Amino acid sequence: MPEATTPDDGDDGVRIDLISGGRMEGLTSMEKIRLILDSVRDGDIVVLEAGLSPEEESKLIEVTMTEISPDDFSGIEIETYPSTQQANQGLVGRLLGKEEAANKLTVIGPANQIETLHKDEDLISALVSRK
Amino acid sequence: MGLLTNLRDSITRVTDRLFADDEPKRIGIYGPPNAGKTTLANRIARDWTGDAVGPESHIPHETRRARRKENVEIERNGKTVTIDIVDTPGVTTKVDYKEFLDHDMEKDDAVKRSREATEGVAEAMHWLREDVDGVIYVLDSSTDPFTQVNTMLIGIIESQDLPVLIFANKVDLDDADVKRIADAFPQHETVPLSALEGDNMDEVYEKIAEYFG
Repeated sequence: MPEATTPDDGDDGVRIDLISGGRMEGLTSMEKIRLILDSVRDGDIVVLEAGLSPEEESKLIEVTMTEISPDDFSGIEIETYPSTQQANQGLVGRLLGKEEAANKLTVIGPANQIETLHKDEDLISALVSRK
Repeated sequence: MGLLTNLRDSITRVTDRLFADDEPKRIGIYGPPNAGKTTLANRIARDWTGDAVGPESHIPHETRRARRKENVEIERNGKTVTIDIVDTPGVTTKVDYKEFLDHDMEKDDAVKRSREATEGVAEAMHWLREDVDGVIYVLDSSTDPFTQVNTMLIGIIESQDLPVLIFANKVDLDDADVKRIADAFPQHETVPLSALEGDNMDEVYEKIAEYFG
């Protein structure tokens, strides 16, 4: 779980967890996914210094789908830069053992609270609303 | 692991997948909701077997469970390729039943549709990692392809070393822009088509035979 403290009940702000690459490095794929989804389901925004691998992204979508429920949790918004396309070196890159995930910054939030206004390879601009 | 070992393992994985046996290749049709995946699956199935795969609709998530059409034999350039077509639900990171209420649906039906859709997407994601031999990625050429889901899905497919063909569907629409899709994923071949109108299906079948035969 993130080490940041939970805001008081009277504080209706939006919490943002900025998680370092080092913190994520020691976790298994499912631990990373639980860390992300537990925070997002609480209404928090998660920013990963180092993004997820394609396999982890796939599992994140799969687990997210199993947790969606009417009037409670409608899923996630996720944005990454640089884009997969730009970060991806293709087959040659994989053959050379390049880790795409290490170069990606990823923002994940509740679908009903976060809206991407603009995104390019250098900037993610998002509007976050309170519940 | 050394460079040469990495190189050898990657090449072995790709060749094993492509030439493992004579069983029909399982080709997953993936893409975002409403890109025309089922329309394309039906077009291919009808052209080569006479039967459809499933119902089509303009309402998102009409396809909520993957449907398979087995042993579809496609003949091209004197060569016959046999594939199993797996039509999957549109991949997304969110499903809100309220969006279905805009399509004159009662709440109970919308909630049921939402639940079925989420189960279908989860299943399709699992299969992508475990159970397909190649991917046809379908995009609506009249919409922006630079979405996070598209870039994530293409990245996931590439990480599995799966052969992938990108189909720019709906070229019959006035605001279709195939170049925008080709520019978004320049590392893959993009084939324009209209599954609804049947435009450019000859090239579609040629590419399927070339990539998955």
